Amino acid sequence: MSSLLEVRGVTKSFDGFRAINDLSFQIGGAELRAVIGPNGAGKTTFMDIVTGKTRPDTGEVLWGEHSRSLLRMNEAQIARAGVGRKFQRPTVFEDQTVSDNLVMALKAARGPFAVLGWRPTTASIARVAELADEVGLGSALTRTAGELSHGQKQWLEIGMLLAQEPRLLLVDEPAAGMTLAERELTTTLLRRLAETRAVVVVEHDMDFVRRLNCRVTVLHQGAVLAEGSLDHVTRDQQVIDVYLGR
Amino acid sequence: MTRKPFFLRSPSVLVVLAILATGTAAITLLSAAYGSGVVPTSTVKVLGMTLCLALAALATDLVWGYLGILSLGQMAFFALGGYMIGQWLMYARTETIVAANLAQGAIPPTAQELQDATANQIFGVVGSADLPLVWSFAHSLPIQLLLVVAVPGLLALVFGWLAFRSRVNGVYLSILTQAMTLALALWLFQNDSGFRGNNGLSGLQNIPGLEDVDQARLSVWFLWASTLALGVFYTMAAWIVSAKFGSVIRAIRDDETRVRFLGYPVEGFKLVVFTLAAMITAIAGALYYPQAGIINPAELMPIASIYLAVWVAIGGRGRLYGAVIGAIVVSLLSSWFTGGRAPSLHLPGYTVNWVDWWQVALGLSFVLVTLFAPKGIAGLVDLIDRKGDRT
Repeated sequence: MSSLLEVRGVTKSFDGFRAINDLSFQIGGAELRAVIGPNGAGKTTFMDIVTGKTRPDTGEVLWGEHSRSLLRMNEAQIARAGVGRKFQRPTVFEDQTVSDNLVMALKAARGPFAVLGWRPTTASIARVAELADEVGLGSALTRTAGELSHGQKQWLEIGMLLAQEPRLLLVDEPAAGMTLAERELTTTLLRRLAETRAVVVVEHDMDFVRRLNCRVTVLHQGAVLAEGSLDHVTRDQQVIDVYLGR
Repeated sequence: MTRKPFFLRSPSVLVVLAILATGTAAITLLSAAYGSGVVPTSTVKVLGMTLCLALAALATDLVWGYLGILSLGQMAFFALGGYMIGQWLMYARTETIVAANLAQGAIPPTAQELQDATANQIFGVVGSADLPLVWSFAHSLPIQLLLVVAVPGLLALVFGWLAFRSRVNGVYLSILTQAMTLALALWLFQNDSGFRGNNGLSGLQNIPGLEDVDQARLSVWFLWASTLALGVFYTMAAWIVSAKFGSVIRAIRDDETRVRFLGYPVEGFKLVVFTLAAMITAIAGALYYPQAGIINPAELMPIASIYLAVWVAIGGRGRLYGAVIGAIVVSLLSSWFTGGRAPSLHLPGYTVNWVDWWQVALGLSFVLVTLFAPKGIAGLVDLIDRKGDRT
C-alpha cells in the first residue's frame, strides 16, 4: 500500500514536555482511520503538525506520490496541497451567508488577484446548491451562518470541507455535542468520504469509534501504543492499562 | 453568492453617486465663479477638502472595517501624496517667478542658473541653496503624479510585508502603524530631510500654468475633481467588497487562522488591501493639499490618523457609506465647532465654549458610539430598511 501521508520519527516538546515522542504514522489514499488516546496523548499536536500550525523539533512529514515534505510549507500551502481540517468547535464565518461560506471553500485558485477576478458561474452556483443539499442546508443558502443552530454550523463546516475537495481530511472529535441521529449521519458520511480519500478521525468516544468500524491507532504519551482493528487494540494489555482500564 | 448585477448587489453605490452629483451641481450653481455666489469660495474649498477626507476614510474602512487592521498611519500616506504633488506645484511655480525675474537681466539665464536660483528660493528658508536629491523630478508633473501613488504604495508594500509576514496582529499592528507615521513625521520635521522641515510646502493653491484662473473657479474645479475621485473609488471599493474578494477579507477579519486552513494566502490578501488603501489615501491627499494651500509635517502626526479612525467608527465601519458619512459629518461639525462660530452653551454656573469643549464632546461621542451603537450613524439605515420590510 502506497501511503498518502507518512509521519516519520516526529518529536515535539513544549517547555520540556514531550507532546509528541518519536511518532510514526502512515495512511493510504483511501482509508478511514480513528486516532484515539487519553487526554494529553498528543492527538491535537499531531494534527497541528500535519496541518503546519506547529513545527516539530525533529522528524519528517511526507505527502503524496512524490513524498514532498510538508514541513517546508505554511498552513495555506498545506491546505492547497489537499489537507482539510475540521475543528472540534464549528468554525464558520458567522457574519456571512451559507452560500458565501461555501463559495469561499470551493476549490478554485486562492491567490488575491485570482480571487479578485473570480465571478460565480453556472457550474459554481450548481455546485454550491448541491453541497448545501448534501449537508441539509439547501433551503438556507441565503441565511447568515451566525443564525444557524450548533448542529447546522457543524454541517456547514463539513460542507465547506467537501467543497475544498481535500485528499486527506482530519476531523477533530466530530461526535462532540451531536445527537444520536446526527452521529448516525456523521458516521455514514465519514465512511462514504473514506471511499475516495483518506480520513483521520480523532475521537474520544469509544462508542463512536466502534460505529466507524475502521483501523484504529492508539496514541499514548506522544507515541503510537497500538494499531489495528478496534477489537485487536482493545485486547492489547498495554492499551487496557493506560486507557480503557481507567 | 448569486449572479446579481453589480448595482443590485451594492445598491448604496447609485445612491452615493446620485448624492455626490446633485450636491456638487448645487454647490457649483451657488458658487461665486459659476453661479449666484451664495456659497463663498472658502466654503467650496472646505467642501472639496471634506470629500478628500471622506475618500481617505473610505480607504481606512477597507483596511479596518473589512480587513480588520486598525491602521493608525493612514495620514502618512495622505500627506505623502500631498508632498509628492506639492513638490511639483511649488517647484514649477517658483521656477516661473524666478525665470520672470532673471529675464530682466542683460543675458538670458542658463538652465543651471535657473535651477540654482529656484532651489535657492525654495530652500533658503532652511539655510540651503542646493536642490535635494528627492526633488530630482519636481520639474515633471507626470513623474510627480506617478510618485503620488508609487511612493506611498511602496512604503505600504514594504511595511506591510515586514509586519504581516511576522504575523503581527491586533493592537500591536496598530502601534506599529502609528510608529511608522510618527517616524516619518519626525524625519520630515528635520531641515535636511529635503522637504523644508517644519515649514513644509506652501503656496500650493496656485496651480502652475493656470495663473489666469482665479481661486473662485479653481476651487470649483477641485470640488469636481474630488467628487469624481470619491465617486470612482467608492464604486471600485464596492465592486471589490461585494464579490468573493470581499468575502475573503471579511473572513480574515473574523478568523484568519481558519482562512489559512482554507488555503488562502492571508498575508497576500492583507498586502493587496493595505497597499491599495495606501494608494487611494495618497490620491486623496494629492487632491486635498492644493485646496488647503499648505502642507507640513504636523499633518502626519499620529493624532490626525486617529481622527480618521474616529470618523470611520462614528460613521459606521464595515460599510463603505458609513465611512463617507462619518468623515463628512464629523469633519464638517469639527470645523464648525472649532471655527468659533458655534454659539456657546450657557449652563447655570458655566459657559461651554465649543472651541475648548468640542474635542471633549467628540471623544465622548466616540466612546458612546463604540459602547452603544457599534454600527455608527450608518446603523440608522438598517432601522429604515427594517421598517421598509414591515410595511
